[in-house]
Amino acid sequence: MPVPTERKAQLLSGNEACVQGAIAAGVRFFAGYPITPSTEIAEGLAVELPKIGGKFIQMEDEIASMGAVIGASLAGLKSMTATSGPGFSLKQENIGFAALTEIPCVIVNVQRYGPSTGLPTSPAQGDIMQARWGTHGDHPAIALMPASVREAFDLTVQAVNLSEELRTPVILLMDEVVGHMRERVELPATDEITVVNRVKPTEDPEHFLPYKPGPNLVPPMPAFGDGYRFHVTGLVHNETGFPSGKGKDGNILVRRLLAKIEQRQPSIAQAELYQADDADIVIVAAGSVARSARAAVKEARAQGLKLGLVRPITAWPFPAEAINSVATTAKAMIVAEMNLGQMIIEVERAACGRVPVIGLNRIDAELITPQDIIARAQEVTKNVR
Amino acid sequence: MSVKELVERYCRTSKLPHIWCPGCGNGIIMGAVMRALDKADIDQDKTVIVSGIGCSSRAPGYMNFDTLHTTHGRALAYATGVKMANPDLNVVVLTGDGDCSAIGGNHLIHAARRNINLTVVVFNNSIYGMTGGQYSPLTPTHSYATTAPYGSIDRNFDLCKLVQAAGGTYVARGTTYHTRQLVDQIVAGLGHNGFSFIEVITQCPMYFGRKNKFPSAVDMLKWQQEHAVPVKAAAKMTSEQLAGKFLIGELYHEEAPEYTAVYEKEVIAKARGEVK
Ligand SMILES: Cc1ncc(C[n+]2csc(CCOP(=O)(O)OP(=O)(O)O)c2C)c(N)n1
Repeated sequence: MPVPTERKAQLLSGNEACVQGAIAAGVRFFAGYPITPSTEIAEGLAVELPKIGGKFIQMEDEIASMGAVIGASLAGLKSMTATSGPGFSLKQENIGFAALTEIPCVIVNVQRYGPSTGLPTSPAQGDIMQARWGTHGDHPAIALMPASVREAFDLTVQAVNLSEELRTPVILLMDEVVGHMRERVELPATDEITVVNRVKPTEDPEHFLPYKPGPNLVPPMPAFGDGYRFHVTGLVHNETGFPSGKGKDGNILVRRLLAKIEQRQPSIAQAELYQADDADIVIVAAGSVARSARAAVKEARAQGLKLGLVRPITAWPFPAEAINSVATTAKAMIVAEMNLGQMIIEVERAACGRVPVIGLNRIDAELITPQDIIARAQEVTKNVR
Repeated sequence: MSVKELVERYCRTSKLPHIWCPGCGNGIIMGAVMRALDKADIDQDKTVIVSGIGCSSRAPGYMNFDTLHTTHGRALAYATGVKMANPDLNVVVLTGDGDCSAIGGNHLIHAARRNINLTVVVFNNSIYGMTGGQYSPLTPTHSYATTAPYGSIDRNFDLCKLVQAAGGTYVARGTTYHTRQLVDQIVAGLGHNGFSFIEVITQCPMYFGRKNKFPSAVDMLKWQQEHAVPVKAAAKMTSEQLAGKFLIGELYHEEAPEYTAVYEKEVIAKARGEVK
């Protein structure tokens, strides 16, 4: 067990805070493959995990890393991997396996510019849709988007907790700026952190049905070696865990996988609202772009332009209600993102046509600045009047 | 132990009969694995059987252990995670020739290189069975397959040599004809503390046999009998005599530090400051 820690101010990067968060949340297994801008997470856990009896392994590629993470989780350890664009693409098949077989695990994706090798050290937010739809078939998705170093810590803990509670892969969707940025942070003391552990079955192995859902639609999960002798397969299975080959069982299983997240959704979907109540124009921005947006709101208000901010903290489930709540009061919304328009699709959906939704997009590997946002807001103001 | 006792103890009897075609060798190999596990006196509750995707990879579903049927080619990656997380578990990997040497080839050489304590049994039927008879990296050159209608021009792997070169520390080859030896090879693999690899030559009368002039499973087993040469006998044979034949038996055996033990002894101990 790690030594309990007190509150202490530190200078950390987002990636380093993610390492601390993982340890605090009880992660004891990491498998990964180096890739900028996520590598510091693997490096940090290679140092920290063995100190507390945890395991670190550098695998031969990202596909193997994802497989090892699922195997380790089944053997009873909280497990995590970290990667970036090209590696995130490689992990997709096994992420789907984890979703279907309900194996808790966390995948950190520190987004970089793509597609392909793209611009390896440049920021982007181009994986929002991949985080939702990267693997084939209908499946649940949870993805969290930190905007600060402290939040990288908090959301790593939350990602682990959600994956354990709901038995589902959870994605921590950082961007390069948050991953590499250093900030002075005070991390919570050990006793201030809530840690959630997967529920284990209580019935004896004779009567155990490995995929019989509990009251929260989540089946309790033993570890390999606990004596339950259960079967795990990526084929559609019924409550026994064995493949049935029946569409009827697929219908029940896949719908339950989605329902267990939906049922919990009101409390998973999160957004931060900043001066959004009385704003004429609401900026919607996540991750590092939300930092620029916040600065833009302050500056614009000083100039008499009433901007506000909605910052989705969860990409998935998307916090549609927060968008909805400002769609009736604002005159326009600007969705600022470092891609050519991914989050905007969800914003438009949530706004239901009640307010014009305008994109502000950069893919020149530069940050969206507060000036970019103010300039667009001024333009929009002219047009919506 | 009688077959009945063996099946009742190590099979999930309610999952039988299996999906394999008449004449398929997969049942023979699964039986050999169960006999070996019994002979090795393993703890059934502390044994995990991992597989990839393919006809052969369906075997764990019939076996009464903790079982993990993963994605195509990735069984060794999953198994590595299981073993690292809990080295007290016996981890056995059942895989097909395509599963482990094509899509999973990279995982195979790296698991061997680490010398992690896994026992791998490859069901080598020289073909992709589950998808209906396409050629695999182990399909002998000039053989026919649905995707090699004019005969395969690919050169096939010698998987045992590959694994040995990659760092595997126990390497053996058996067949579904020489079943008693096969059980002993798997027992030795289970007992070996390191990466153990047993390639089993088996028959797929349905997809390999039909296309390659083997009218029945019996003809294929006869072919095994005629072409397999025990390692000891081969030592006294000339290269002309050995042409077209293949070796069976223990091909390589070496004691070397095992990965999870070294992680414990070196990495964890150093990280904790217990050793320098
Ligand atoms: C990523 C992926 N690619 C392809 C397939 C289709 N597929 C299923 S089994 C198989 C080949 C299996 O052949 P082998 O490993 O030799 O096993 P066998 O069926 O002969 O026992 C293939 C290509 C798949 N399931 N997943």
